[in-house]
Amino acid sequence: MTSLQPEQLHEAGQEAMHQVNVTVNGRPRSATVPARRLLSDFLRHDLRLTGTHVGCEHGVCGACTVLLDGLPIRSCLAFAVAVDGRELTTIEGLAAEDGTLHPVQQAFQDHHGLQCGFCTPGFVLSACGYLAEEPDVDDVASIREGMSGNLCRCTGYAGILDAVKQAAGALRDSGADPRDRHVPGGDR
Amino acid sequence: MKPSAFAYHAPTELDEALALLAELGEDGKVLAGGQSLVPMMNMRLAAPAALVDITRIDALGNLEVTGSHVTVGATVTHERLRKDPAAAAACPLLRRALEWVAHPVIRNRGTAVGSIAHADPAAELPAVLALLGGHVDLAGRQGTRRLEGADFILGLLESDVRPGEVATRVSLPVTPPRTGTAFHELARRHGDYALAGVGVMLSLDDDDNVEVARAAFIGVGDGPVVVDLGAMLAGQPHDALSSEAAVATARDQLDPSDDIHASGSYRRHLAGILLGRALAEAAVDAARRGVPA
Repeated sequence: MTSLQPEQLHEAGQEAMHQVNVTVNGRPRSATVPARRLLSDFLRHDLRLTGTHVGCEHGVCGACTVLLDGLPIRSCLAFAVAVDGRELTTIEGLAAEDGTLHPVQQAFQDHHGLQCGFCTPGFVLSACGYLAEEPDVDDVASIREGMSGNLCRCTGYAGILDAVKQAAGALRDSGADPRDRHVPGGDR
Repeated sequence: MKPSAFAYHAPTELDEALALLAELGEDGKVLAGGQSLVPMMNMRLAAPAALVDITRIDALGNLEVTGSHVTVGATVTHERLRKDPAAAAACPLLRRALEWVAHPVIRNRGTAVGSIAHADPAAELPAVLALLGGHVDLAGRQGTRRLEGADFILGLLESDVRPGEVATRVSLPVTPPRTGTAFHELARRHGDYALAGVGVMLSLDDDDNVEVARAAFIGVGDGPVVVDLGAMLAGQPHDALSSEAAVATARDQLDPSDDIHASGSYRRHLAGILLGRALAEAAVDAARRGVPA
């Protein structure tokens, strides 16, 4: 232990650094960051995965939602050091390698579930986590509740709810896990 | 909107965590799910010099249901507790209250014990503890302490966790037969902090008349406000409660303050409306819950 406080260490350019190893979208990634690096900033700044958006930075808007070991979480409310060794899925991990959209992404396009697009990565990841949990969902009231943790200031939500409903049907038909990278034409 | 610098520790054994916290004293803060602490740090409302992350301590992840208690370890998330069928059967109010806690994405990471230790006056689980009367176990390097639920929450955002201590688990009593519960609240958006809310516990006698009734309100004081309504409701038939007097009594004991979301008088009005609904629901629930042996 040092006698300097963390803030003093930082001012002296000596803030303690931690190596963080994670699997992101199936690939091992690592970076060395200070303990205070939020997972959202770790993804965007250190790993250059800028698809994860940062809105409010205090857990209200949901724009930064990613999957941690398959469960949706707010990446702005987790420190990167705290998820060392775990698996993450971000918006970059959903479309097929050839660019074919994931059924949730396709449904958002089909139903005008986005306008400016800022909230969309968070909505899509929340939807993937929700549909993995509730694959049989078919009523808009349940979907509204399931998606209630994300804010959109453009669409008025109707298109988003329709999109999640369509995606639920598409995923039921294909049998794919909503949290996996899309495989075109695949009915696994 | 970025946290200030801190030293990070992630022990894998409770003893190691307690030794670290003892050494850190007032500078050390326990991190579990972080769903209240991290936003406060992001907004620089909190700036602990060191965090001790307890989520890698396996022993704190136990969720146990015995004949007498549901015992929830410090790293058990809201969502894990909500989905646990044994916990819901033993203590139905838990699931009823957890349905109101934030949004699913927050529940995936936030912990039940952390919510109780954080003691937000609008949070549901501190009210469940205050209403059902469980206990909280704390560990420090000097040993362990057990506090009654009613004694654990000291006030606004303040619980009786001393520097160097970890709240290791919370135990809630198994709900007996002939006892019903309900939880009602209103928020501007379901999952947001409630404008007002209430948990109710109500027991019936052999003739299906009310014997015991208690309510714990959230969002209307510095912590959960527990009001005993037994005197107002005792002897009433479970399926035709006349709760006006009980509601008036409860409202008299609430003095919520104004804020940008609602005036104090509206919150008091709302708390009474919610109480009436919750009492009726708990009475029906109690009648469904078996006949004493």
